[in-house]
Amino acid sequence: MLDWLKSPILTFQEFVTLAGRASLNVFRRPFYGQDLFLQMDTIGVGSLPITVLIGFFSGVIMALQMSRALSQYGATGQVGQITAITLVREMGPVLTALLIAGRNASGIASELGSMKVSEQIDAMRALGTDPVKKLVTPRLLAMCVTLPLLTIIADFVGIVGGYIVAVPLLRLTTGSQYWNNAWRSLEYNDIAQGLIKPLLFAFIIALVGCLYGMRTSGGTQGVGRATTQAVVVASVWIFVITALITRIFVNL
Amino acid sequence: MARNEAKERRCILKFEDVSLQFDQADPVLDKVSFEIWSGETRIILGAAGSGKTVMMKIALGLLKASSGRVSVMGQDVTNFDERQWYEVRSHIGVLFQEGGLFDSLTIEENVAYPLLNQARFMTDGKKPTLDTVRPDVQEALNFVELGNTLNKFPSELSGGMRRRVGIARGSVADPDLFLYDSPTAGLDPITANTIIALLIKDREMRNTTAAIITHRFQDGHLLANFRYNPEKDRLERLPANSPLRERTKFMVMKEGRLVFEGPEAELDASVDPYISKFSMHPAQNPERKVS
Ligand SMILES: Nc1ncnc2c1ncn2[C@@H]1O[C@H](COP(=O)(O)OP(=O)(O)OP(=O)(O)O)[C@@H](O)[C@H]1O
Ligand SMILES: [Mg+2]
Repeated sequence: MLDWLKSPILTFQEFVTLAGRASLNVFRRPFYGQDLFLQMDTIGVGSLPITVLIGFFSGVIMALQMSRALSQYGATGQVGQITAITLVREMGPVLTALLIAGRNASGIASELGSMKVSEQIDAMRALGTDPVKKLVTPRLLAMCVTLPLLTIIADFVGIVGGYIVAVPLLRLTTGSQYWNNAWRSLEYNDIAQGLIKPLLFAFIIALVGCLYGMRTSGGTQGVGRATTQAVVVASVWIFVITALITRIFVNL
Repeated sequence: MARNEAKERRCILKFEDVSLQFDQADPVLDKVSFEIWSGETRIILGAAGSGKTVMMKIALGLLKASSGRVSVMGQDVTNFDERQWYEVRSHIGVLFQEGGLFDSLTIEENVAYPLLNQARFMTDGKKPTLDTVRPDVQEALNFVELGNTLNKFPSELSGGMRRRVGIARGSVADPDLFLYDSPTAGLDPITANTIIALLIKDREMRNTTAAIITHRFQDGHLLANFRYNPEKDRLERLPANSPLRERTKFMVMKEGRLVFEGPEAELDASVDPYISKFSMHPAQNPERKVS
Protein backbone atom coordinates (compact mmCIF):
# COMPACT_ATOMS: atom_id res chain seq x y z
CA MET A 1 0.00 0.00 0.00
CA LEU A 2 2.71 2.44 1.01
CA ASP A 3 4.89 1.36 -1.89
CA TRP A 4 2.02 1.92 -4.23
CA LEU A 5 1.66 5.50 -3.00
CA LYS A 6 5.35 6.24 -2.89
CA SER A 7 6.01 6.88 -6.54
CA PRO A 8 3.15 9.35 -7.16
CA ILE A 9 4.02 11.22 -3.98
CA LEU A 10 7.67 11.44 -4.99
CA THR A 11 6.65 12.63 -8.45
CA PHE A 12 4.41 15.27 -6.92
CA GLN A 13 7.25 16.37 -4.68
CA GLU A 14 9.55 16.69 -7.70
CA PHE A 15 6.84 18.64 -9.47
CA VAL A 16 6.53 21.11 -6.60
CA THR A 17 10.32 21.53 -6.39
CA LEU A 18 10.58 22.13 -10.11
CA ALA A 19 7.68 24.58 -10.00
CA GLY A 20 9.38 26.48 -7.20
CA ARG A 21 12.77 26.62 -8.86
CA ALA A 22 11.39 27.52 -12.28
CA SER A 23 9.23 30.30 -10.87
CA LEU A 24 11.96 31.79 -8.70
CA ASN A 25 14.27 31.86 -11.72
CA VAL A 26 11.93 34.31 -13.39
CA PHE A 27 13.38 36.96 -11.09
CA ARG A 28 17.02 35.85 -11.23
CA ARG A 29 19.72 36.68 -13.69
CA PRO A 30 20.79 35.62 -16.27
CA PHE A 31 17.66 35.87 -18.39
CA TYR A 32 17.43 33.87 -21.56
CA GLY A 33 15.28 36.22 -23.60
CA GLN A 34 16.02 34.55 -26.88
CA ASP A 35 14.83 31.19 -25.57
CA LEU A 36 11.68 32.83 -24.25
CA PHE A 37 10.77 34.32 -27.62
CA LEU A 38 11.55 31.10 -29.42
CA GLN A 39 9.20 29.24 -27.09
CA MET A 40 6.48 31.85 -27.40
CA ASP A 41 6.76 31.42 -31.13
CA THR A 42 6.52 27.62 -31.08
CA ILE A 43 3.77 27.48 -28.49
CA GLY A 44 1.79 30.59 -29.38
CA VAL A 45 2.18 31.25 -33.08
CA GLY A 46 2.61 27.58 -33.88
CA SER A 47 -0.63 26.60 -32.15
CA LEU A 48 -2.68 29.47 -33.51
CA PRO A 49 -4.16 27.79 -36.62
CA ILE A 50 -5.29 24.67 -34.82
CA THR A 51 -6.67 26.72 -31.91
CA VAL A 52 -8.70 28.86 -34.27
CA LEU A 53 -10.01 25.78 -36.04
CA ILE A 54 -11.01 23.95 -32.87
CA GLY A 55 -12.45 27.10 -31.29
CA PHE A 56 -14.54 27.80 -34.34
CA PHE A 57 -15.96 24.32 -34.53
CA SER A 58 -16.72 24.10 -30.84
CA GLY A 59 -18.84 27.26 -31.24
CA VAL A 60 -20.53 25.81 -34.32
CA ILE A 61 -21.30 22.51 -32.59
CA MET A 62 -22.56 24.21 -29.49
CA ALA A 63 -24.95 26.44 -31.42
CA LEU A 64 -26.20 23.48 -33.46
CA GLN A 65 -26.84 21.39 -30.35
CA MET A 66 -28.47 24.26 -28.51
CA SER A 67 -30.73 25.17 -31.39
CA ARG A 68 -32.80 22.02 -30.84
CA ALA A 69 -32.99 22.25 -27.09
CA LEU A 70 -33.74 25.97 -27.09
CA SER A 71 -36.46 25.75 -29.72
CA GLN A 72 -38.30 23.27 -27.48
CA TYR A 73 -38.68 26.04 -24.94
CA GLY A 74 -39.15 28.73 -27.52
CA ALA A 75 -36.00 30.37 -26.25
CA THR A 76 -33.91 30.37 -29.41
CA GLY A 77 -33.09 34.03 -28.77
CA GLN A 78 -30.83 32.91 -25.89
CA VAL A 79 -28.40 31.06 -28.16
CA GLY A 80 -25.81 33.83 -27.97
CA GLN A 81 -25.84 33.81 -24.21
CA ILE A 82 -25.49 30.07 -23.90
CA THR A 83 -22.70 29.83 -26.44
CA ALA A 84 -20.75 32.68 -24.86
CA ILE A 85 -21.06 31.44 -21.30
CA THR A 86 -20.14 27.82 -21.99
CA LEU A 87 -17.25 28.82 -24.20
CA VAL A 88 -15.74 31.41 -21.92
CA ARG A 89 -16.22 29.50 -18.70
CA GLU A 90 -15.45 25.97 -19.69
CA MET A 91 -15.09 24.86 -23.27
CA GLY A 92 -12.62 27.49 -24.42
CA PRO A 93 -10.09 27.01 -21.60
CA VAL A 94 -10.39 23.23 -21.42
CA LEU A 95 -10.36 22.51 -25.14
CA THR A 96 -7.49 24.88 -25.80
CA ALA A 97 -5.53 23.45 -22.88
CA LEU A 98 -6.11 19.87 -24.02
CA LEU A 99 -5.03 20.83 -27.49
CA ILE A 100 -1.88 22.52 -26.24
CA ALA A 101 -1.21 19.61 -23.88
CA GLY A 102 -1.36 17.26 -26.83
CA ARG A 103 0.73 19.49 -28.97
CA ASN A 104 3.22 21.09 -26.58
CA ALA A 105 3.40 19.00 -23.40
CA SER A 106 4.42 16.18 -25.71
CA GLY A 107 6.72 18.44 -27.69
CA ILE A 108 8.44 19.72 -24.55
CA ALA A 109 8.73 16.24 -23.01
CA SER A 110 10.21 14.72 -26.14
CA GLU A 111 12.61 17.59 -26.71
CA LEU A 112 13.90 17.61 -23.14
CA GLY A 113 13.78 13.82 -23.08
CA SER A 114 16.06 13.50 -26.07
CA MET A 115 18.33 16.13 -24.56
CA LYS A 116 18.43 14.05 -21.39
CA VAL A 117 19.30 10.75 -23.08
CA SER A 118 21.94 12.35 -25.29
CA GLU A 119 23.46 13.88 -22.15
CA GLN A 120 22.83 17.45 -23.31
CA ILE A 121 21.23 18.27 -19.96
CA ASP A 122 24.30 16.94 -18.17
CA ALA A 123 26.45 18.92 -20.59
CA MET A 124 24.56 22.11 -19.74
CA ARG A 125 25.23 21.64 -16.07
CA ALA A 126 28.83 20.72 -16.75
CA LEU A 127 29.35 23.81 -18.91
CA GLY A 128 27.92 26.38 -16.56
CA THR A 129 24.19 26.69 -17.20
CA ASP A 130 21.31 25.68 -14.99
CA PRO A 131 18.96 23.57 -17.15
CA VAL A 132 15.98 24.67 -15.09
CA LYS A 133 16.76 28.28 -15.86
CA LYS A 134 17.71 27.71 -19.46
CA LEU A 135 15.04 25.18 -20.44
CA VAL A 136 12.19 25.13 -17.93
CA THR A 137 11.72 28.79 -17.05
CA PRO A 138 11.42 30.06 -20.65
CA ARG A 139 8.92 27.32 -21.45
CA LEU A 140 6.90 28.05 -18.34
CA LEU A 141 6.83 31.79 -18.97
CA ALA A 142 6.03 31.38 -22.65
CA MET A 143 3.19 29.01 -21.81
CA CYS A 144 1.75 31.35 -19.15
CA VAL A 145 1.69 34.21 -21.63
CA THR A 146 0.44 32.37 -24.69
CA LEU A 147 -2.14 29.94 -23.32
CA PRO A 148 -4.46 32.66 -21.93
CA LEU A 149 -4.12 34.57 -25.21
CA LEU A 150 -4.88 31.48 -27.25
CA THR A 151 -7.87 30.81 -25.02
CA ILE A 152 -9.24 34.30 -25.58
CA ILE A 153 -8.85 33.82 -29.31
CA ALA A 154 -10.55 30.41 -29.16
CA ASP A 155 -13.43 31.91 -27.14
CA PHE A 156 -13.91 34.72 -29.61
CA VAL A 157 -13.69 32.55 -32.71
CA GLY A 158 -16.10 30.10 -31.06
CA ILE A 159 -18.66 32.83 -30.50
CA VAL A 160 -18.24 33.82 -34.15
CA GLY A 161 -18.82 30.16 -35.11
CA GLY A 162 -21.97 30.15 -33.00
CA TYR A 163 -23.09 33.31 -34.75
CA ILE A 164 -22.67 31.78 -38.17
CA VAL A 165 -24.86 28.85 -37.20
CA ALA A 166 -27.44 30.84 -35.27
CA VAL A 167 -27.92 33.78 -37.60
CA PRO A 168 -27.18 33.23 -41.31
CA LEU A 169 -27.58 29.45 -41.20
CA LEU A 170 -30.53 28.62 -38.93
CA ARG A 171 -32.00 32.11 -38.48
CA LEU A 172 -32.62 31.47 -34.77
CA THR A 173 -32.15 35.12 -33.89
CA THR A 174 -30.93 38.39 -35.36
CA GLY A 175 -27.30 39.33 -35.48
CA SER A 176 -27.54 42.25 -33.10
CA GLN A 177 -29.54 40.23 -30.61
CA TYR A 178 -26.95 37.44 -30.74
CA TRP A 179 -24.02 39.74 -30.03
CA ASN A 180 -25.88 41.74 -27.43
CA ASN A 181 -26.94 38.63 -25.71
CA ALA A 182 -23.51 37.11 -25.83
CA TRP A 183 -21.75 40.20 -24.58
CA ARG A 184 -24.12 41.10 -21.78
CA SER A 185 -24.38 37.60 -20.38
CA LEU A 186 -20.71 37.56 -19.48
CA GLU A 187 -20.04 38.64 -15.91
CA TYR A 188 -16.73 39.35 -14.22
CA ASN A 189 -17.05 35.99 -12.60
CA ASP A 190 -17.08 34.23 -15.97
CA ILE A 191 -14.19 36.21 -17.34
CA ALA A 192 -12.19 35.66 -14.17
CA GLN A 193 -12.57 31.92 -14.29
CA GLY A 194 -12.02 31.99 -18.02
CA LEU A 195 -8.60 33.53 -17.42
CA ILE A 196 -7.53 31.86 -14.19
CA LYS A 197 -8.06 28.45 -15.70
CA PRO A 198 -5.74 28.87 -18.67
CA LEU A 199 -3.08 30.35 -16.40
CA LEU A 200 -3.15 27.30 -14.14
CA PHE A 201 -3.33 24.96 -17.13
CA ALA A 202 -0.27 26.68 -18.56
CA PHE A 203 1.60 25.94 -15.34
CA ILE A 204 0.56 22.30 -15.45
CA ILE A 205 1.29 21.74 -19.13
CA ALA A 206 4.71 23.38 -19.15
CA LEU A 207 5.91 21.87 -15.89
CA VAL A 208 4.57 18.37 -16.51
CA GLY A 209 6.17 18.40 -19.96
CA CYS A 210 9.50 19.57 -18.52
CA LEU A 211 9.39 17.22 -15.53
CA TYR A 212 8.72 14.10 -17.55
CA GLY A 213 11.24 15.16 -20.14
CA MET A 214 14.01 15.78 -17.62
CA ARG A 215 13.32 12.51 -15.81
CA THR A 216 13.61 10.45 -18.98
CA SER A 217 15.79 7.39 -18.71
CA GLY A 218 16.30 4.39 -20.91
CA GLY A 219 17.28 5.72 -24.31
CA THR A 220 14.96 6.48 -27.20
CA GLN A 221 12.29 4.18 -25.82
CA GLY A 222 12.29 6.24 -22.66
CA VAL A 223 11.63 9.40 -24.69
CA GLY A 224 8.50 7.86 -26.15
CA ARG A 225 7.35 6.79 -22.72
CA ALA A 226 8.01 10.22 -21.21
CA THR A 227 6.08 11.91 -24.01
CA THR A 228 3.01 9.74 -23.60
CA GLN A 229 3.06 10.08 -19.83
CA ALA A 230 3.37 13.85 -20.03
CA VAL A 231 0.28 14.18 -22.23
CA VAL A 232 -1.79 11.80 -20.12
CA VAL A 233 -0.80 13.35 -16.80
CA ALA A 234 -1.27 16.92 -18.05
CA SER A 235 -4.70 16.10 -19.50
CA VAL A 236 -5.90 14.43 -16.31
CA TRP A 237 -4.75 17.40 -14.25
CA ILE A 238 -6.53 19.79 -16.59
CA PHE A 239 -9.82 18.08 -15.80
CA VAL A 240 -9.15 17.89 -12.08
CA ILE A 241 -8.25 21.58 -11.91
CA THR A 242 -11.15 22.68 -14.00
CA ALA A 243 -13.55 20.77 -11.74
CA LEU A 244 -11.99 22.34 -8.64
CA ILE A 245 -12.11 25.87 -9.99
CA THR A 246 -15.61 25.55 -11.32
CA ARG A 247 -16.66 24.30 -7.88
CA ILE A 248 -15.12 27.37 -6.25
CA PHE A 249 -16.74 29.79 -8.68
CA VAL A 250 -20.15 28.16 -8.54
CA ASN A 251 -20.17 28.89 -4.81
CA LEU A 252 -19.23 32.54 -5.24
CA MET B 1 61.07 21.12 -16.81
CA ALA B 2 60.38 17.74 -15.28
CA ARG B 3 61.61 19.04 -11.94
CA ASN B 4 59.36 22.04 -12.25
CA GLU B 5 56.36 19.80 -12.80
CA ALA B 6 57.26 17.69 -9.82
CA LYS B 7 57.18 20.76 -7.61
CA GLU B 8 53.66 21.63 -8.71
CA ARG B 9 52.36 18.12 -8.41
CA ARG B 10 49.00 18.26 -6.76
CA CYS B 11 46.08 15.97 -6.27
CA ILE B 12 43.49 16.76 -8.93
CA LEU B 13 40.82 14.19 -8.14
CA LYS B 14 40.42 12.09 -5.06
CA PHE B 15 37.75 9.52 -4.22
CA GLU B 16 37.59 8.10 -0.70
CA ASP B 17 35.30 5.11 -0.21
CA VAL B 18 32.76 6.56 -2.59
CA SER B 19 29.59 4.53 -2.92
CA LEU B 20 26.43 5.17 -4.86
CA GLN B 21 23.14 3.39 -4.69
CA PHE B 22 19.96 4.02 -6.68
CA ASP B 23 16.81 2.91 -4.84
CA GLN B 24 17.18 -0.42 -3.08
CA ALA B 25 19.16 -2.05 -5.86
CA ASP B 26 22.74 -3.26 -5.61
CA PRO B 27 25.21 -0.41 -5.26
CA VAL B 28 26.34 0.99 -8.59
CA LEU B 29 29.60 2.10 -6.99
CA ASP B 30 30.97 0.25 -4.00
CA LYS B 31 33.62 1.93 -1.83
CA VAL B 32 35.78 3.22 -4.65
CA SER B 33 38.99 5.01 -3.64
CA PHE B 34 41.68 6.44 -5.89
CA GLU B 35 43.70 9.56 -6.53
CA ILE B 36 44.63 11.24 -9.78
CA TRP B 37 47.64 13.58 -9.65
CA SER B 38 48.41 16.46 -11.97
CA GLY B 39 50.03 15.50 -15.24
CA GLU B 40 48.71 12.00 -14.97
CA THR B 41 46.77 10.11 -17.62
CA ARG B 42 44.34 7.66 -16.09
CA ILE B 43 42.83 4.91 -18.22
CA ILE B 44 39.58 3.56 -16.79
CA LEU B 45 38.61 0.15 -18.09
CA GLY B 46 35.66 -2.06 -17.24
CA ALA B 47 32.73 -3.97 -18.67
CA ALA B 48 29.49 -2.23 -19.65
CA GLY B 49 27.52 -1.26 -16.57
CA SER B 50 30.51 -1.46 -14.24
CA GLY B 51 29.99 2.13 -13.11
CA LYS B 52 32.53 4.09 -15.14
CA THR B 53 30.16 6.80 -16.34
CA VAL B 54 28.58 7.08 -12.91
CA MET B 55 32.04 7.62 -11.41
CA MET B 56 32.74 10.39 -13.89
CA LYS B 57 29.42 12.08 -13.15
CA ILE B 58 30.18 12.03 -9.44
CA ALA B 59 33.51 13.74 -10.16
CA LEU B 60 31.54 16.45 -11.99
CA GLY B 61 28.88 16.78 -9.32
CA LEU B 62 26.18 15.67 -11.75
CA LEU B 63 25.38 12.79 -9.42
CA LYS B 64 25.76 12.81 -5.66
CA ALA B 65 27.58 9.99 -3.91
CA SER B 66 25.52 8.18 -1.29
CA SER B 67 28.56 7.95 0.97
CA GLY B 68 32.29 8.64 0.93
CA ARG B 69 34.25 11.79 0.18
CA VAL B 70 35.23 13.44 -3.10
CA SER B 71 37.90 16.10 -3.52
CA VAL B 72 38.57 18.04 -6.69
CA MET B 73 41.78 20.08 -6.96
CA GLY B 74 42.36 19.93 -3.27
CA GLN B 75 38.85 21.09 -2.32
CA ASP B 76 36.52 18.77 -0.50
CA VAL B 77 33.44 18.99 -2.69
CA THR B 78 31.41 16.24 -1.02
CA ASN B 79 28.75 18.58 0.29
CA PHE B 80 28.91 21.30 -2.35
CA ASP B 81 25.61 22.64 -3.61
CA GLU B 82 24.87 23.21 -7.27
CA ARG B 83 26.07 26.82 -7.22
CA GLN B 84 29.45 25.92 -5.72
CA TRP B 85 29.79 23.11 -8.22
CA TYR B 86 29.54 25.51 -11.18
CA GLU B 87 32.85 27.03 -10.18
CA VAL B 88 34.50 23.60 -9.78
CA ARG B 89 33.13 22.35 -13.09
CA SER B 90 34.43 25.36 -14.96
CA HIS B 91 37.93 23.90 -14.44
CA ILE B 92 36.98 20.47 -15.73
CA GLY B 93 36.64 19.59 -19.40
CA VAL B 94 34.35 16.77 -20.32
CA LEU B 95 33.48 14.63 -23.30
CA PHE B 96 30.23 12.77 -22.75
CA GLN B 97 29.66 9.20 -23.85
CA GLU B 98 26.52 10.17 -25.77
CA GLY B 99 28.22 13.26 -27.14
CA GLY B 100 26.14 15.85 -25.33
CA LEU B 101 26.51 18.35 -28.18
CA PHE B 102 23.60 20.78 -28.30
CA ASP B 103 21.88 19.90 -31.52
CA SER B 104 20.02 23.20 -31.76
CA LEU B 105 23.30 25.12 -31.80
CA THR B 106 25.96 25.36 -34.50
CA ILE B 107 29.40 23.87 -34.01
CA GLU B 108 30.77 27.32 -33.27
CA GLU B 109 28.10 28.02 -30.64
CA ASN B 110 28.66 24.58 -29.14
CA VAL B 111 32.38 25.09 -28.72
CA ALA B 112 31.88 28.65 -27.48
CA TYR B 113 29.28 27.52 -24.93
CA PRO B 114 31.60 27.11 -21.92
CA LEU B 115 33.29 30.45 -22.62
CA LEU B 116 29.96 32.23 -22.91
CA ASN B 117 28.27 30.66 -19.91
CA GLN B 118 30.83 30.05 -17.21
CA ALA B 119 30.95 32.69 -14.55
CA ARG B 120 34.74 32.81 -14.55
CA PHE B 121 34.82 34.24 -18.09
CA MET B 122 32.51 37.11 -17.26
CA THR B 123 33.83 40.59 -16.84
CA ASP B 124 31.79 42.88 -14.58
CA GLY B 125 28.92 40.42 -14.69
CA LYS B 126 28.81 40.67 -18.49
CA LYS B 127 29.06 37.64 -20.75
CA PRO B 128 31.62 37.69 -23.54
CA THR B 129 30.11 37.65 -27.01
CA LEU B 130 30.50 35.11 -29.76
CA ASP B 131 32.72 37.55 -31.62
CA THR B 132 35.16 38.08 -28.78
CA VAL B 133 35.65 34.35 -28.16
CA ARG B 134 35.85 33.42 -31.85
CA PRO B 135 39.68 33.19 -31.93
CA ASP B 136 39.66 30.69 -29.05
CA VAL B 137 36.88 28.71 -30.67
CA GLN B 138 38.66 28.68 -33.99
CA GLU B 139 41.88 27.53 -32.33
CA ALA B 140 40.14 24.71 -30.48
CA LEU B 141 38.48 23.56 -33.68
CA ASN B 142 41.70 23.82 -35.63
CA PHE B 143 43.32 21.61 -33.06
CA VAL B 144 40.83 18.83 -33.81
CA GLU B 145 41.16 19.60 -37.53
CA LEU B 146 37.60 20.80 -37.90
CA GLY B 147 38.40 24.47 -38.42
CA ASN B 148 36.02 24.81 -41.36
CA THR B 149 32.83 23.50 -39.75
CA LEU B 150 31.93 26.57 -37.65
CA ASN B 151 28.50 27.07 -39.15
CA LYS B 152 27.46 23.46 -39.44
CA PHE B 153 25.08 21.72 -37.04
CA PRO B 154 26.08 18.59 -35.12
CA SER B 155 23.60 16.51 -37.11
CA GLU B 156 25.54 17.33 -40.29
CA LEU B 157 28.74 15.76 -38.99
CA SER B 158 29.84 12.13 -38.76
CA GLY B 159 30.15 10.34 -35.44
CA GLY B 160 33.92 10.74 -35.35
CA MET B 161 33.68 14.43 -36.19
CA ARG B 162 31.12 14.97 -33.44
CA ARG B 163 33.47 13.28 -30.99
CA ARG B 164 36.20 15.72 -32.07
CA VAL B 165 33.87 18.70 -31.66
CA GLY B 166 33.20 17.37 -28.15
CA ILE B 167 36.93 17.36 -27.49
CA ALA B 168 37.24 20.92 -28.79
CA ARG B 169 34.37 22.05 -26.57
CA GLY B 170 35.87 20.31 -23.57
CA SER B 171 39.31 21.81 -24.05
CA VAL B 172 38.41 25.34 -25.15
CA ALA B 173 38.31 26.65 -21.58
CA ASP B 174 41.76 25.19 -20.86
CA PRO B 175 40.65 22.81 -18.08
CA ASP B 176 42.89 21.45 -15.32
CA LEU B 177 41.26 18.05 -15.63
CA PHE B 178 39.75 16.45 -18.72
CA LEU B 179 37.29 13.60 -18.41
CA TYR B 180 36.74 11.60 -21.58
CA ASP B 181 33.89 9.11 -21.48
CA SER B 182 34.46 6.48 -24.16
CA PRO B 183 36.03 8.76 -26.78
CA THR B 184 36.54 5.90 -29.22
CA ALA B 185 33.37 3.86 -28.68
CA GLY B 186 31.58 2.99 -31.89
CA LEU B 187 34.31 4.32 -34.17
CA ASP B 188 36.32 2.46 -36.79
CA PRO B 189 39.93 1.67 -35.77
CA ILE B 190 41.41 4.41 -37.94
CA THR B 191 39.19 7.17 -36.58
CA ALA B 192 39.63 5.79 -33.08
CA ASN B 193 43.39 6.04 -33.40
CA THR B 194 43.09 9.59 -34.71
CA ILE B 195 41.11 10.51 -31.60
CA ILE B 196 43.65 8.92 -29.28
CA ALA B 197 46.42 10.71 -31.18
CA LEU B 198 44.58 13.96 -30.45
CA LEU B 199 44.46 13.14 -26.76
CA ILE B 200 48.18 12.42 -26.76
CA LYS B 201 48.85 15.66 -28.59
CA ASP B 202 46.66 17.60 -26.18
CA ARG B 203 48.49 16.04 -23.25
CA GLU B 204 51.84 17.12 -24.69
CA MET B 205 50.85 20.64 -25.64
CA ARG B 206 48.93 21.61 -22.52
CA ASN B 207 50.12 19.08 -19.99
CA THR B 208 46.51 18.24 -19.15
CA THR B 209 45.55 15.78 -16.49
CA ALA B 210 43.09 13.36 -18.01
CA ALA B 211 40.89 10.43 -17.12
CA ILE B 212 39.88 8.36 -20.10
CA ILE B 213 37.14 5.76 -19.98
CA THR B 214 37.45 3.19 -22.71
CA HIS B 215 36.69 -0.37 -23.73
CA ARG B 216 39.63 -0.69 -26.11
CA PHE B 217 42.89 -1.80 -24.57
CA GLN B 218 44.68 -0.38 -27.63
CA ASP B 219 43.67 3.11 -26.47
CA GLY B 220 45.41 2.64 -23.16
CA HIS B 221 48.40 1.07 -24.80
CA LEU B 222 48.84 4.00 -27.16
CA LEU B 223 48.47 6.55 -24.39
CA ALA B 224 50.95 4.74 -22.20
CA ASN B 225 53.63 4.21 -24.81
CA PHE B 226 53.55 7.12 -27.19
CA ARG B 227 54.28 10.79 -27.08
CA TYR B 228 53.67 13.58 -29.53
CA ASN B 229 56.66 15.12 -31.22
CA PRO B 230 55.79 18.72 -32.10
CA GLU B 231 58.79 19.17 -34.42
CA LYS B 232 57.85 16.25 -36.61
CA ASP B 233 54.12 16.60 -35.90
CA ARG B 234 53.73 12.89 -35.31
CA LEU B 235 53.54 10.32 -32.56
CA GLU B 236 56.60 8.42 -31.50
CA ARG B 237 57.15 5.49 -29.19
CA LEU B 238 58.61 6.27 -25.79
CA PRO B 239 61.88 4.54 -24.96
CA ALA B 240 61.43 1.61 -22.59
CA ASN B 241 63.02 3.38 -19.63
CA SER B 242 61.34 6.74 -20.17
CA PRO B 243 59.95 8.28 -16.98
CA LEU B 244 57.03 9.55 -19.07
CA ARG B 245 55.65 6.02 -19.08
CA GLU B 246 54.98 6.40 -15.39
CA ARG B 247 52.34 9.04 -15.91
CA THR B 248 49.84 6.68 -17.50
CA LYS B 249 48.04 4.54 -14.96
CA PHE B 250 45.30 2.01 -15.46
CA MET B 251 42.32 1.07 -13.40
CA VAL B 252 39.74 -1.64 -13.95
CA MET B 253 36.15 -1.52 -12.69
CA LYS B 254 34.02 -4.56 -12.07
CA GLU B 255 30.40 -4.34 -10.92
CA GLY B 256 30.99 -1.03 -9.15
CA ARG B 257 34.22 -2.06 -7.48
CA LEU B 258 37.72 -0.96 -8.33
CA VAL B 259 39.56 -4.25 -8.90
CA PHE B 260 42.86 -3.07 -10.35
CA GLU B 261 45.04 0.02 -10.22
CA GLY B 262 48.56 0.27 -11.59
CA PRO B 263 50.86 0.75 -14.59
CA GLU B 264 50.54 -1.11 -17.86
CA ALA B 265 53.17 -3.70 -17.09
CA GLU B 266 51.25 -4.77 -14.01
CA LEU B 267 48.00 -4.91 -15.96
CA ASP B 268 49.63 -7.09 -18.61
CA ALA B 269 51.03 -9.35 -15.91
CA SER B 270 47.69 -9.87 -14.19
CA VAL B 271 46.41 -13.42 -14.27
CA ASP B 272 42.94 -12.55 -13.03
CA PRO B 273 40.57 -13.71 -15.79
CA TYR B 274 38.47 -10.51 -15.68
CA ILE B 275 41.37 -8.05 -15.51
CA SER B 276 43.48 -9.77 -18.14
CA LYS B 277 40.62 -9.35 -20.63
CA PHE B 278 41.48 -5.64 -20.66
CA SER B 279 45.20 -6.03 -21.12
CA MET B 280 47.25 -5.97 -24.27
CA HIS B 281 48.16 -9.56 -25.00
CA PRO B 282 51.49 -10.00 -26.74
CA ALA B 283 49.78 -12.10 -29.40
CA GLN B 284 47.77 -9.07 -30.44
CA ASN B 285 50.61 -7.20 -32.11
CA PRO B 286 51.87 -4.50 -29.78
CA GLU B 287 53.70 -2.85 -32.68
CA ARG B 288 50.48 -1.54 -34.15
CA LYS B 289 51.05 1.62 -36.15
CA VAL B 290 49.58 4.96 -35.20
CA SER B 291 48.17 7.30 -37.79
N1 LIG C 1 20.15 7.34 -13.21
C1 LIG C 1 20.29 6.03 -12.93
N2 LIG C 1 19.35 5.39 -12.23
C2 LIG C 1 19.47 4.08 -11.92
N3 LIG C 1 20.51 3.32 -12.28
C3 LIG C 1 21.49 3.89 -13.00
C4 LIG C 1 21.44 5.28 -13.36
N4 LIG C 1 22.56 5.59 -14.05
C5 LIG C 1 23.27 4.44 -14.13
N5 LIG C 1 22.63 3.43 -13.50
C6 LIG C 1 23.13 2.05 -13.35
O1 LIG C 1 24.45 2.11 -12.91
C7 LIG C 1 25.22 1.07 -13.46
C8 LIG C 1 26.52 1.61 -14.00
O2 LIG C 1 26.22 2.47 -15.08
P1 LIG C 1 27.33 3.24 -15.90
O3 LIG C 1 26.60 4.09 -16.88
O4 LIG C 1 28.27 3.90 -14.99
O5 LIG C 1 28.06 2.06 -16.65
P2 LIG C 1 29.36 2.18 -17.56
O6 LIG C 1 30.44 1.51 -16.83
O7 LIG C 1 29.55 3.58 -17.97
O8 LIG C 1 28.92 1.28 -18.79
P3 LIG C 1 29.19 1.54 -20.35
O9 LIG C 1 30.55 1.02 -20.61
O10 LIG C 1 28.14 0.72 -21.02
O11 LIG C 1 29.05 2.98 -20.61
C9 LIG C 1 24.35 0.40 -14.50
O12 LIG C 1 23.91 -0.83 -13.98
C10 LIG C 1 23.20 1.34 -14.68
O13 LIG C 1 22.04 0.62 -14.93
MG1 LIG D 1 29.28 4.64 -19.66
